[in-house]
Amino acid sequence: MRSLLVLLMCLLPMCAVAKDAQELAADPVLEKRMIGLAEKLRCLVCQNESLASSHAELAEDLRREVREQMSKGMSDQEIIDYLVNRYGDFVLYDPKVKSTTLLLWFGPFVLMVGGGLLLVYQLRKRKRTLANTEVELTPEAARRAEQLLNEPKDNQA
Amino acid sequence: MMRFIWPFIIFVVLAGFLLVGLGLNPREVPSPLIDKPAPAFTLPQLHDPSKQFSASDMKGQVWLLNVWASWCVSCRQEHPVLMALARENIVPIYGLDYKDKRENGLGWLSNGGDPYVLSASDMEGRVGIDYGVYGVPETYVIDKQGVIRYKQIGPVTPENLKSKILPLVAELQKK
Repeated sequence: MRSLLVLLMCLLPMCAVAKDAQELAADPVLEKRMIGLAEKLRCLVCQNESLASSHAELAEDLRREVREQMSKGMSDQEIIDYLVNRYGDFVLYDPKVKSTTLLLWFGPFVLMVGGGLLLVYQLRKRKRTLANTEVELTPEAARRAEQLLNEPKDNQA
Repeated sequence: MMRFIWPFIIFVVLAGFLLVGLGLNPREVPSPLIDKPAPAFTLPQLHDPSKQFSASDMKGQVWLLNVWASWCVSCRQEHPVLMALARENIVPIYGLDYKDKRENGLGWLSNGGDPYVLSASDMEGRVGIDYGVYGVPETYVIDKQGVIRYKQIGPVTPENLKSKILPLVAELQKK
């Protein structure tokens, strides 16, 4: 009896699964398209959230705006342009490629290639210095090397 | 000695960038509307909803459009500054009561004083979206031709009034 009660209590949280507040759109296809677009846009209020997931009032208003424009038949690009005209490139999660964002887009690759070239250069230089250095052995060292090279190999099995 | 010079230079440059970054405000989104015509709107006036207010009514004047709301906390900080500015009669301040309830907006003005020539009520926040409002309070300086010249994000303070807004207003009024 008691274990049954415990089991039931363990199941209790299942009733409390939180659901996101649903904003209703008559047309589920349009709603899906709206959410798809809103995921690519940044909420201006909670700036690390997308427009789709934010619960800020402004995000709700902007989703309403996007929804209305979609039902008016505007394309995704037109809606993005509409928002960029008002809030700037900041609303885009993927920044546009332009002169001020070149470093952002290509900086990592420049660093990677630069680092690779530097590595190759350093390795070559090292190899060259090693090749050019005559290794002079003291008689003592030569004898030791000889001894090591001629060691019986039975301990390697 | 020479082998330490490059890592040291890189360290200094990086530290310089980080130091500058500390002083920046990441929440401030530069407005693309600067030097663009202020979006047109016509809205009912807060005090008398039967009357309308249009941005185009203001052609020929330099004016401030201050976005406020009774629920906005920073507006409380800004309010005495606007009251003082209104008393000086330098530039007309128009209010945009953003996503507010009419009675709350009116209550706020009758309690704290009304620095605005008039306020327009934007209950649904649509004009706010046109102006790229994302955090109240925001203040726009609009010139005689109806072009937005400056946007103050966050409260107007005596400092930014003195350093930015008033010099700009004086310059625009001369034109």
